[in-house]
Amino acid sequence: MTIVEIGLPRRLIEFTVDGETVRVPEGSTILDACTAAGKNIPTLCYGDTLEPANACRVCMVEVEGTRTLVPSCSRKAEPGMVVRTETDRTRLSRKVVLELLGSATDLSTTPDVAGWMTECDAEPGRFGPPAAPSSDRDERRPGEHEIPDGMTAATVRQPVKVDNELYVRDYGKCIQCYKCVDACGEQWQNTFAITMAGRGFDARISTEFANPLPDSACVYCGNCVEVCPTGALSFKREHDKREDGTWDESRQTATTTVCTFCGVGCNLTLHVQDNEIVKVTSPHESSVTHGNLCIKGRFGWQHVQNR
Amino acid sequence: MDLRFLNAEPTDTEREAVDALGTGSARDQLLPALHAVNDRVGWISQGALNHICRRLNVPPAEAYGVASFYALFSLKERPPRVVHVCTDLACRVNGAEAVCDALTETAGAAGFTWHRSPCLGVCERAPAALAFEAGDPAEERLLAPATPEEIARGTFDREEAPISVPQQGEPGLRLLRRVGVVDPESLDAYRAAGGYAALRNALVLGSAGVIREVTDSGLMGRGGAAFPTGRKWDATARQPERTRYLVCNADESEPGTFKDRVLIEGDPFALVEAMTIAAFAIGAQKGYVYLRGEYPRALRLLRNAIDVARERGFLGENIMGRHGFSFDIEIRRGAGAYICGEETAIFNSIEGFRGEPRTKPPFPVEKGLFGKPTVVNNVETLVNVPLILTEGCEAYRRIGTERSAGPKLFCLSGNVRRPGVYEVPFGATLGELLELAGGVPEGRELRAVLLGGAAGGFVRPDELGLPLTMEDARAAGTTLGSGVVLALDDRADLGGFLLRIAAFFRDESCGQCVPCRIGTVRQEEALHRIVGGRKLSTGGDDLALLREVGQVMRDSSICGLGQTAWNAIESAIDRLGALEERT
Repeated sequence: MTIVEIGLPRRLIEFTVDGETVRVPEGSTILDACTAAGKNIPTLCYGDTLEPANACRVCMVEVEGTRTLVPSCSRKAEPGMVVRTETDRTRLSRKVVLELLGSATDLSTTPDVAGWMTECDAEPGRFGPPAAPSSDRDERRPGEHEIPDGMTAATVRQPVKVDNELYVRDYGKCIQCYKCVDACGEQWQNTFAITMAGRGFDARISTEFANPLPDSACVYCGNCVEVCPTGALSFKREHDKREDGTWDESRQTATTTVCTFCGVGCNLTLHVQDNEIVKVTSPHESSVTHGNLCIKGRFGWQHVQNR
Repeated sequence: MDLRFLNAEPTDTEREAVDALGTGSARDQLLPALHAVNDRVGWISQGALNHICRRLNVPPAEAYGVASFYALFSLKERPPRVVHVCTDLACRVNGAEAVCDALTETAGAAGFTWHRSPCLGVCERAPAALAFEAGDPAEERLLAPATPEEIARGTFDREEAPISVPQQGEPGLRLLRRVGVVDPESLDAYRAAGGYAALRNALVLGSAGVIREVTDSGLMGRGGAAFPTGRKWDATARQPERTRYLVCNADESEPGTFKDRVLIEGDPFALVEAMTIAAFAIGAQKGYVYLRGEYPRALRLLRNAIDVARERGFLGENIMGRHGFSFDIEIRRGAGAYICGEETAIFNSIEGFRGEPRTKPPFPVEKGLFGKPTVVNNVETLVNVPLILTEGCEAYRRIGTERSAGPKLFCLSGNVRRPGVYEVPFGATLGELLELAGGVPEGRELRAVLLGGAAGGFVRPDELGLPLTMEDARAAGTTLGSGVVLALDDRADLGGFLLRIAAFFRDESCGQCVPCRIGTVRQEEALHRIVGGRKLSTGGDDLALLREVGQVMRDSSICGLGQTAWNAIESAIDRLGALEERT
């Protein structure tokens, strides 16, 4: 559910979505308004607790009078705007954007995306068989690239980075939505351990000089994992259990409680499988944490189950 | 910010290079600081980056993200000598591959590294190379035209060829009247040739008067988007926020474009005067020239012009004795990224962030550089302003056509006899322009003209009657873009040329949005299949695939780079029938 902060009383503005008149508080985005009107616009890089990066371009809609499609997650609704969410252009755009993503990235742990792919007949395979994984993505210089022959589709497939005991980076799954960078940087954590590096298809999330996480500025708050929409960042425990085939969300329960490490009172959601904590998240709608935690709340739970 | 630094210390040389900058300690000094180290040492080490980050209070990871964005910086140790060989459109047509072949054989032994480079902006003297040697001072020189043997030696003993403007000295020139004729290093020579009369007139007219003249002149931006300049200035001048900026976009990187370089090298004071007038009109106290990093001579001459103008009271406090009118200009060197010519990517680059475009709205007139109202104008656009203020808007408006007013510069290159920058009034036909440049070489036939650059489109030999105006180009389904006229004769390898265009967009995409980041890759791959006469085992229709990806890049990319990455290829298919025989 989308939360529009109410704040001070705001004027309602009126505009049209797919022929229906919609009234929303001034400052709402097109996405907010569409969601409120019961429309389901797919999004990937949209972060409910973050400023829109509008990089994935999955949520594009048509706004009358504009030359290109517009990202509904970041464009504010204006009085009298005429918005269309289901036209030939928006459908083609959604289909091809999902195909491009699917052809370059492993989306197997991205929630909902398989359904959207089916809905819009996306066929990522039509760009050709995926190229072999590469191990040099962290070192590619900007500009000049190796000339392809066209018989395979370039991908971001690469070895998984396991360099610490708390979380794992599988950048073959990364769609470069900037959410982890924003959460680690100025929007929440102010740690600035990671950044986007390189450019173009070789752009990648990186630490400085691609150093391993333990040698970086990372403080292991795990807030990047919390916001990652594709599973490119995952908790070590989850990663290991997926590897050995014992991760099963249908057997998991989620219980929200209060962290006991200090007096702030952060909310924790304990994900438990087979009577064992397998992951800790935090509710995004919590007015204390907005989904963020520190290393203790996020990772300091082993003592609970030492028997 | 509580920043954590790795255990890596700078060498004394690296420390000196950064400390010698002596400028402020704000993040916007990041790009100059990276240049300082790269210039002095040839690459940027972890220790050097740490030192920069400590001084500027920038997180090391972010600085790494910025440094790794630009093609002219290296984050790996390399020899001090680096040669960038242009393999882009005009150079490609004029033998760039032979140069690369020669380098492949000899570079290792000669102890320098080399890279293929996108357009170096000296298309009139193709093939070109940019030779670079780190040190104190660093040496940087454009070698053009360059022979394979010469580049293979990696030597720096040759003076750069003088600017060639084929119309040099002809009567009736306006934008080019001083280029090649008046000493570009002398303010007195500039004034003797009419310089600073326009600023004097502007001070008499007042800010609102200047904006009115520019609006009434019908001047439209010459960078490609053709937005009315007066309207942009007016909207900025009306902002309640008092801090405003002027940015001169001199990041000329569109393949086939070199007019801004010729203007800066040949008439740098004109740009300084034009910027001063623009600043006076919009109420800006600070201006930036964002100059592409590949233009060493333009940098030297413009730097000289700014310094001399400041010494003589044409920049700084109380300009030309006008009490309270203060304005100064800072040059920002780009570092090898076409995207930084996008009007909002420029802001990020100047501020010390990655050169990624920003979402619009808000538009620059409202929130631009450092979040303040900002006017961004291209070099050629600005250089028209003094003309308007000396000739008067009415006289100016009579040049060209009703809807495309003024003189226009075109960059002729490729298979023409006299390549160079040409000035004609809007409305001259494409054929007339090619005629000025001597047409295609003896015994050859024209195959196609690329109009407007890599983001433009192809025109057929039977369309040479096209009047060169914004409106006629638009009606004909093409664009004048940045003024590129690149002729291809019947020897041209059109398939290879299209592959280069596709490779260019893939190389230069910033990577921020999916349609451009991945779309440009899929476009290049599909083109390779079509040009190479191959098919995927799935047997898909690659032309249909190109059209779909192209449409979505155009519709859903964040900025103009992705939105135009399919233009030239589409026009080659639709107007030239280029890829038909292969499918």
